[in-house]
Amino acid sequence: MSTTLSEYRGVSGRHGENSAGLRLWLGQNASQLALAPSVVVVLVVVYGFMVWTGVISLTASKMLPTYQFVGFEQYERLWSNPIWHIAVSNIFIFGFLFIGFSTAFGLALAILIDQKVRAEGFLRTIYLYPMALSFIVTGTAWKWILNPGLGLERMVHMWGWESFKFDWLVNTQYAIYTLVIAGVWQSSGFVMALFLAALRGIDDDLIKAARLDGAGTVQIYRRIIIPQMGPTFMTVGVILMQQAVKSFDLVVALTSGGPGNSTNLPATFMYTQTFGRDQMAVGAASAIMIFMTVTAIIVPYLYVDIRNNRNEG
Amino acid sequence: MITRSLVIASLMLSASMSVSIAADESVEVMHYWTSGSEAAGLNVLKQLLEKRGVTWSDSPVAGGTGMNMVQVLRARIASDTAPSAAQMHAQQVQAWGAEGVLTDLSDLAKKQGWDKIIAPELLPLISYDGKIVAVPVNVHRSNWLWYNKKVFDKVGVQPPATWEEFNQVSEKLLAAGITPLALGGQPWQEADLFENVVLGIGGADFYRKVMVEQDEASIKSETMTKVFDQLRIMNKFVDANYPGRDWNLATQMLIKGEAGMQIMGDWAKGELSLAKMEPNVDYGCSPAPGTKGDYVWLTDNFGFFTTKDANREKGQMEMASAILDKDFQQAFNIKKGSIPSRVDVSMDKFDYCGKAAYADRAEAQKTNTSLPSLAHNAASNAAKTGVFLDVVSTFFETKDMTPQQAIDQLVAGLKSAGQ
Repeated sequence: MSTTLSEYRGVSGRHGENSAGLRLWLGQNASQLALAPSVVVVLVVVYGFMVWTGVISLTASKMLPTYQFVGFEQYERLWSNPIWHIAVSNIFIFGFLFIGFSTAFGLALAILIDQKVRAEGFLRTIYLYPMALSFIVTGTAWKWILNPGLGLERMVHMWGWESFKFDWLVNTQYAIYTLVIAGVWQSSGFVMALFLAALRGIDDDLIKAARLDGAGTVQIYRRIIIPQMGPTFMTVGVILMQQAVKSFDLVVALTSGGPGNSTNLPATFMYTQTFGRDQMAVGAASAIMIFMTVTAIIVPYLYVDIRNNRNEG
Repeated sequence: MITRSLVIASLMLSASMSVSIAADESVEVMHYWTSGSEAAGLNVLKQLLEKRGVTWSDSPVAGGTGMNMVQVLRARIASDTAPSAAQMHAQQVQAWGAEGVLTDLSDLAKKQGWDKIIAPELLPLISYDGKIVAVPVNVHRSNWLWYNKKVFDKVGVQPPATWEEFNQVSEKLLAAGITPLALGGQPWQEADLFENVVLGIGGADFYRKVMVEQDEASIKSETMTKVFDQLRIMNKFVDANYPGRDWNLATQMLIKGEAGMQIMGDWAKGELSLAKMEPNVDYGCSPAPGTKGDYVWLTDNFGFFTTKDANREKGQMEMASAILDKDFQQAFNIKKGSIPSRVDVSMDKFDYCGKAAYADRAEAQKTNTSLPSLAHNAASNAAKTGVFLDVVSTFFETKDMTPQQAIDQLVAGLKSAGQ
């Protein structure tokens, strides 16, 4: 390495114009050169291993990867597993409610804070703060709050309301909604921040003109402001969706998939199969299913996004 | 500049390599025994090995169920940098044995006569393909019923000998305002309960047919329906907040007298003694209902990974023989709450329940009723065990699920897992 470099220096010393050419080339391609290592890393570590996971899902791998191919057998086993069915229906319930409520609360908070309230900065920080916590902390805290014998229910009982009942956390039918509560609590503030920025970006003249025409506050928000925030809704939707699909730590901390496997999500299912049950190929098959679902949602979004950019450009 | 740093780097590399070649016998041990008493127990082994001139390099991966350690271990083996030894449950020995990565200990075993000193029911599970590939450190018992003596005296009940008696005792405790059964609603704890009900109602042969052989006729039998019926009855003997509770918090309920009984392996003794509870004074241990004369066991073993380095292999052999050292077996198992994997160790220094477990095991060995635990990876491989865990936990928490539905799910799940 060092010898070739010094040889090169010798050469370039004799031919000054070569060195100028190199500098020019470097100047023109500096950004590409700087990006190259990260592109290679992403190609291998993200896309390479995606392909590898796909390959593993077609093999008989159990504890360690093997390359004995069995076709789509692992997918058949995956779809015959009742826990996987629970996980799939859970991700739709959780995803839908989590995205819906986070967006609604975030927007409502943003609109309220936008009313030029006193101590806005202070309130904003309070609502944004949960975002600084990890889902593990959120999950553990809510586990205590929602536990009937420790948290909310016990507190209300001690206040004298003996018949109060809030046992969703230990109820197989409702436990999935406790994940929604904790998730919404964590993410609403962040959504609020995004919406607030969008609200502040709206042209004041438009609003003033509407007021002159006699529009009320509700009408202004409904007809003028919110319709202009389409791109922000898109951003919020995509960010929340990837959070919903990834929410593994929240489940682990809050319910560990219980009671009675009722709060398993595809991500926890995948982890259990791969590392707890020595079913690496089934785990890989479930990962591919998650990937395909996300692709089915993200690709149309990217398509619309790219087409719009092109139209604008 | 570049040349100089390259030279330095290569010098350092060769230096470190020559160090590792010149090193004496050493073992790198991967384990998840990180809690106070467990780490203290392992320290005895470390000192013993250092006396024999073997350097101990510790690679703990915390996490009580060992799932974290398994992840790290797999990565190490896939990248060809396996540790010398790793802690594993009985069925994990079989799984690693099938991968062909475990060192053959047969010569050492023959020289030291392991077949005469190790509990005979463990031998098939530490062997793979006719070779001995692991060494058992301890034997826990999972069919224990722990009960708070003061609570029992106050209510005026005796430890139940059958599941029917268990239900009667529980009703009395309920009437006295005490939670009969301290349980944590985690799949493995519910599976623990399940295996004790299977054994208590069905007996040892039925237990083997279901847990070890997964015989379909037995799983579909009337006896299995009774097992699930009993689990359903027990729904009312646990408090409302049990889902997700850790086992040691359930033991705390027993200690405080909020609950009367707990069915749990003998690691519960650690919690009880931390709370200054005396065996046979403050708390009692009796075999789980209907399992008197039976011994449900689980073991922690060390398996050793094949290596070309002769010094490492010598270290592995030293460690394997040190694990079976009588003094270590005694010191470690007293701390861990388990009993020795050897059958010829003096039990004088063990507590009341430890002595009882040792005597019960000897009795069970004579009648062939010493049985591997399902919930703790001794009876069946991880995939099939997982099916039991899923179905039993779902059944226990889903109040409107019928025994027949549970049995159907077991049969279907086991078929799929067996492929």
